[in-house]
Amino acid sequence: MLYIFCPHCGLRSQNEFAYGGDATVKRPELNKEISDQEWNNFVYLRKSPRGKHLELWHHISGCRQWIKVERDTSTHEIFKTYKADELTE
Amino acid sequence: MSQDFRLDNIGMVNRNKKISFTFNGKKYFGYEGDTIASALIANGVHLVGRSFKYHRPRGFFGVGVDEPYAILQLERNNERDPNIRATEQEIFEGLEVKSVNCWPSVNFDIGAINNFLKMFFPAGFYYKTFMWPPSFWYKIYEPFIRMAAGFGEASIKHDKERYEHKYEYCDLLITGSGPSGLASAYAAAKNGARVILAEDKPRYGGSLLTSDVNIGNQTGIEWSEKIITELKSMSNVIVKNRSQVFGYYDHNMLVMSERISDHLPKTQKYLPKQRLWYIRAKEVLISSGSIERPLVFGNNDTPGVMLSSAAKEYMKVYGVLVGKKPLIFTNNDSGYETAIEFKKNGVNPLILDTRKEPSSDIISEAKNLGIEIKFSYVVVAAKGYKKVKSADIAKISDNKKDLSNIENIECDCICVSGFWTPSIHLASQSGNKSEFNEKIDAFIPKKSKQKENTIGSANGKFTLEETINEAFDKGYEVSNKITENNNKVSIPTVVEKKSTEHDKFWCVPLPKGKSYKRFLDFQNDVAVTDIELALREGFRSIEHVKRYTTLGMATDQGKTSNLNGLQLVSDIENKVVPQVGHTTFRPPYTPVSIGAIVGREVGKHSKPTRKSPMHEWHEKNNAIFVDAGVWLRPRYYKQGNETLFEASKREAKNVRKNVGVCDVTTLGKIDVKGPDAAEFLNRVYTNAWLKLPVGKARYGVMLREDGIVMDDGTTTRISENHYHMTTTTAQAANVLSHLEYYLQLVWPELNVNVVSTTEQWAGAAIAGPNSRALLMKLFPNTDVSNEGLPFMGYKEADLFGFPAKIYRISFSGELAYEVNVESDYGNFMWEKIIEVGKEFQIQPYGTEALSTLRIEMGHVAGSELDGRTIPHDASLEGLVSKKKDFIGKRSLSRSAFIKPDREKIVGVVPLDKTTSIPEGSYIVKDPKAKLPNPKLGHVSASCWSVEYDNPFSLAIIKDGKNMIGQKLFAMSPLKNKTIAVEIVSSHYVDPEGKRVRA
Ligand SMILES: [Zn+2]
Repeated sequence: MLYIFCPHCGLRSQNEFAYGGDATVKRPELNKEISDQEWNNFVYLRKSPRGKHLELWHHISGCRQWIKVERDTSTHEIFKTYKADELTE
Repeated sequence: MSQDFRLDNIGMVNRNKKISFTFNGKKYFGYEGDTIASALIANGVHLVGRSFKYHRPRGFFGVGVDEPYAILQLERNNERDPNIRATEQEIFEGLEVKSVNCWPSVNFDIGAINNFLKMFFPAGFYYKTFMWPPSFWYKIYEPFIRMAAGFGEASIKHDKERYEHKYEYCDLLITGSGPSGLASAYAAAKNGARVILAEDKPRYGGSLLTSDVNIGNQTGIEWSEKIITELKSMSNVIVKNRSQVFGYYDHNMLVMSERISDHLPKTQKYLPKQRLWYIRAKEVLISSGSIERPLVFGNNDTPGVMLSSAAKEYMKVYGVLVGKKPLIFTNNDSGYETAIEFKKNGVNPLILDTRKEPSSDIISEAKNLGIEIKFSYVVVAAKGYKKVKSADIAKISDNKKDLSNIENIECDCICVSGFWTPSIHLASQSGNKSEFNEKIDAFIPKKSKQKENTIGSANGKFTLEETINEAFDKGYEVSNKITENNNKVSIPTVVEKKSTEHDKFWCVPLPKGKSYKRFLDFQNDVAVTDIELALREGFRSIEHVKRYTTLGMATDQGKTSNLNGLQLVSDIENKVVPQVGHTTFRPPYTPVSIGAIVGREVGKHSKPTRKSPMHEWHEKNNAIFVDAGVWLRPRYYKQGNETLFEASKREAKNVRKNVGVCDVTTLGKIDVKGPDAAEFLNRVYTNAWLKLPVGKARYGVMLREDGIVMDDGTTTRISENHYHMTTTTAQAANVLSHLEYYLQLVWPELNVNVVSTTEQWAGAAIAGPNSRALLMKLFPNTDVSNEGLPFMGYKEADLFGFPAKIYRISFSGELAYEVNVESDYGNFMWEKIIEVGKEFQIQPYGTEALSTLRIEMGHVAGSELDGRTIPHDASLEGLVSKKKDFIGKRSLSRSAFIKPDREKIVGVVPLDKTTSIPEGSYIVKDPKAKLPNPKLGHVSASCWSVEYDNPFSLAIIKDGKNMIGQKLFAMSPLKNKTIAVEIVSSHYVDPEGKRVRA
């Protein structure tokens, strides 16, 4: 079970969180004309890197904040966590 | 009753407390502190089971977790427990155990015929033998394998025992209370660290219990007792015995199973049977010790052949002799310690040492005691079927290839020592890549992966002095890192006998013309020939060899067999062991009961149960409940002998004719507040929200980004910047997360807050033509006329002194209102509605009637919004704005979503107007078409229309709009039904929606 540092609450067990997918995906702006391909990439295409990955977790049984977690997908090492609006490195 | 093999003046069992138990129906006795194994051996019993594959007789091989043979089935307090290791289970009064893997009895086992059919059980026999003819599988192979397989029978009864889970946090977890565990725990605890020390056995001390050493002028046992007593008295230390740390998971989470009551006849009141500890440790010291390796020779699985360290522990801890004519077969000094212990207890052992001319303190001591030793000698084969009776021994040449002077000597046990294998399982589970250490011919942990360090013999340190020094240092170092204290305790001096190097020889060659089975894996019956065969057949990767031969795959996880298997592969392949590599260790280190894993989360505790504030009223009024997610909702209110069908029909009819009331507390409710709330809702819902006036509700549909409908519900503008959103019961939690996602991550510039208010409001839906008349009586001071409170209107009102909210919304399609009060007043509200509603023929209705009402109205619900439908499929396209953007809009123009013949919602009525259509039926054109019959769609929901008194269903079918009026067929292969149907509009009742606006 992972031990995730919530920037709002501190170190908490994984079972307080819900996984939220790739944090690097950016939703296209509203009302913007975009191609099928671009939209398709946004909705469906995700990289599944082995190694460092920035992902979203939702502290669902805690502060209910979405946070960004930089995690190694093969070793589960967590390098850094960020608040939703914090700039990532 | 005498115990022929019990020694008088040695051991730690309580001689003052005799305990009787039965084994295979026969009564035996032992003493408090005995395990099943020690008590049976004391009684001269060595035959306890049959092996897995060949059903060869099985005795005891070890004395603890490593035991591959003595797996028994236990009966305790009328509960059955399979897969119990006799070497670990302590006896208690009335204990009943029996052998497994043998039928009809351990002495006469029919499966033993397998022993003579060995040619059918070569390596990979699972893949080879039972293939042909296929017709043999069900009738012959499978029943045969089933009867022969397994380690006991699991109980099929509900387990009445209690198991608990506990979460614990500590600075330092230490796994094992041997010398390294004790020393490091002591050093760390004295330095202020919060320590958990776990010991899997009942007694603390590990190897100190059996070794002849001196620490700080005390015997090993005295020293360990002193340390444990002091540790127990410290408030920063938790010491647990009978507790196995079996898994090392991510981020230093370790799991330990504590056997609290297994050694007692009955679980004590207020205590669980077992407790599972989830321990998050800042640092871990793995002091799990090492396990003696077997030597491999002919028939080395015969009962009476066992590890020499086990023989010593049976004497020193239990006061039990494993034999009176022992043969010690060793390649190192450890065998001598066992021999010396035999000698001290009046038994004359014979030592066969594979080494040519070793010399050390221990060897000299053995010589001085007059113990007979044969150097460069080996056991060729054990003789005897159910127990060792003699052994063929031989002199072995210096190159260890040739045997000479083979002779048979009498003996009743063979104690083997092939040196020691560090228990690196936990380190390996943590991700530590181990490395092969040539000096000890075994793997030891490499660089720490997580916050773990391995110490003592688990780290390949086999002298006590080294172990104690390392452990004190590590305990201090690790605790200093955490506490930053500098309290260093002094390290006691250690006196021990010096030993010399072991012999790398471990597998005795076969004499000419003999084909003895030489076993590597004792639990899965994997012999040398199996590995040889696997390699001949081309298996190279050790992981493949393992799976093909099943080496190390039994419940003992190859604790005694892995290394010898690797040695053999590397010998045959002419490689060194590290090139062969080793297989992966996975948790659990020892078997864990399912009960402990599940804990208290069984039956109704497996999930929380949520009840509305009106629950008690429903119960008192004969509600039959149904699970709706975690909620309990009334499905119908039973009157007399009514069936579900009759009751729901009555309730639904009464709504259409008079008035009904339904508990809708379970609907998800979310408060949406802030100056940008309208803009936010406008982006979340598919329809327009910017112009909704205060005091009005609107129905909305929200999509996922892929265009699929996520949820629907009404949202009401309570005040300028305050909206009350409702969601379906099932999606409430997901919708909240969804909203939070967009507010926090996608549009943080929007000034909006959302919070769940589901628990804050109790809701009652009042539906039917009489509902306004009822409302006028409930709220005499509020104008609820069609003008005062029009369809989709909202008002705050006073319900007999309590504040209430009235929403004029309808799911049933009738004139209807939803009244909300704060949860605490829910029951009051409900009782008032029923009381005042009497004159209007009010009846409560449950979810079944609710479904009927919405189905015949063509209102969609979860069975239509099933994660595959876009708004158009559910005839909700009128709610999709063309002007503005919203979540998921761009997906709606994807080619698959704009195909004209997409599946769409329709109504279905059976032509005979009597046969109900099973939900899930396929709609097809021709019921007799060749299979697979092309399907047009499926029936999503069915009811008995109370309006027309005939069955009615909703279906989602291809090109639905254009199918209306067609005669088709509904087929349910599951129910073996084919029904001729007509496709009609999904709005079966009041298609113009006049009633809700009346
Ligand atoms: Zn948090």
